[in-house]
Amino acid sequence: MIEWLIHLAVELLKTCRDILPIAATIIGFQLWVIRRPIANPKKTLIGFFYVLLGIVVFLEGLDMALFPLGSLMASQLTAPEFLGIDPVNQSVSWLTYFWVYVFAASIGFATALAEPALLAVAIKVEQISGGTIRAWGLRISVAVGVAVGLALGTFRIVTGLDLAFFIIAGYIIIVIQTYFAPKMIIGLAYDSGGVTTSMVTVPLVTALGLGLAEAIPGRNPLLDGFGLIAFASLFPVIAVLGYAQIAQWLSRNSTSSNP
Amino acid sequence: MPLSKNSFIRQLYGRFLDFYTSLRHRLIDNPFIRQLFSSFLDLVPILAVVIIFQVFVIQLPIPDVSDLIIGTLLVVLGLTLFVQGLEQSLFPLGESMAYAFARKGSLFWLLAFAFCLGFSAAIAEPALIAVAEKAAHIAAAGGLIEQTDAAKDNYALGLRITVALSIGFAILVGIFRILRGWPVYYPVFFGFGCVAVMTPFAPAEIIGIAYDSGAIATSTITVPLVTALGVGLATAIKGRNPVTDGFGLIVFAVLMPMIFVMAYGLSI
Repeated sequence: MIEWLIHLAVELLKTCRDILPIAATIIGFQLWVIRRPIANPKKTLIGFFYVLLGIVVFLEGLDMALFPLGSLMASQLTAPEFLGIDPVNQSVSWLTYFWVYVFAASIGFATALAEPALLAVAIKVEQISGGTIRAWGLRISVAVGVAVGLALGTFRIVTGLDLAFFIIAGYIIIVIQTYFAPKMIIGLAYDSGGVTTSMVTVPLVTALGLGLAEAIPGRNPLLDGFGLIAFASLFPVIAVLGYAQIAQWLSRNSTSSNP
Repeated sequence: MPLSKNSFIRQLYGRFLDFYTSLRHRLIDNPFIRQLFSSFLDLVPILAVVIIFQVFVIQLPIPDVSDLIIGTLLVVLGLTLFVQGLEQSLFPLGESMAYAFARKGSLFWLLAFAFCLGFSAAIAEPALIAVAEKAAHIAAAGGLIEQTDAAKDNYALGLRITVALSIGFAILVGIFRILRGWPVYYPVFFGFGCVAVMTPFAPAEIIGIAYDSGAIATSTITVPLVTALGVGLATAIKGRNPVTDGFGLIVFAVLMPMIFVMAYGLSI
């Protein structure tokens, strides 16, 4: 019990250090630059305390649930008994790990579709596009983007191909799409990559990638384990630009055919 | 008389409605309970996919179920406290300040605020704290750094400070872009070019975490504050459209850490 309390106190102190800069920035600029008193100091103070406590409890929960869950799924989906392969046989086709790709894609699709930040962005886009771009269409295209991204990302870990190759190929696609995409959507589409990677998805996906790199023969967590989040944040950009392009093209077609 | 009976029923209904609203106010409209529910909803897709896979595909018993359940409850509770706290302290202050600076701040203070906001929000991001710790473990296990707690803490903190500095710098550049009215893709394409040029020179062990770090750091604190700053600024400047100019800050915050962390990898 005492050990646990000490652990808690240490974590609280560490987290104090982490939220000190943002508290100093907000309060410092408010008092010295804007020179306005804080409207509700007591409520603000309690809020900061909640943030502090929330981070400590959240990180504790991550270590107990989301990180182990990601590694567990990685080890179970790559276990030789599950795959039905000979553990001594080192050379297996990438297709053997079929369920890994399906799992990664499902996690990506489900979390992106349920992401509240994305919902807010999607509604905003529908408004500014005058209804050409549907909120649901946008959410589904982002979810498909994250799903494809994570499936490709796990494929890369399984095969050990170069991460930079995939990401830079993605950049080239984005550069080409930017040229054709409706101008008003570009900023939003670019930002959609950062929006889909939430606080709960990131730890699970990171643990999945590291677990895969540990379990698959010939892979090294240090070299191959990271990179899934990069895929999950790049492919939604491509998906949103693609969807906006198609939506614009369809609406233009329908207006030109019915004058 | 039917009229008085009617009014009695109306009164009764009114009482009931009062009671119902007060109950609703206490339970459903209680921000804490609502937030608890929405934090749980954030986890539902993950839990659903994992359970479906466990039951239909893997078909093995899950080890340490009790730890997983307690951990999940802690995640929900932690997320709730965190978001609740943000909404009653940082977000209202930060957002009103973002608008205030955008409207009448001097250029120097606006850019200083942009940098400090990006830096300090990234330092506080819980996902970055957790993943940086994980990366330090992997680096120690792989022999990149020493196997001591001090070396791991150093590496994790170094990584986070690098990411935070780059996000501060990214927001500063992004704000400058909005002021100048440049199209969003100029600096983004420049960033793409930098990533492509840096990658062959960066140590192979750092590339994965470098590519991930930007997207990890743009999360619960950074995205709302930075978006408020961008949209506020684009609304305040004549001739700027909040949608075409206000967005496009997060993308720099995703790109810039890739470049900075690769440079950090070269320096250690």
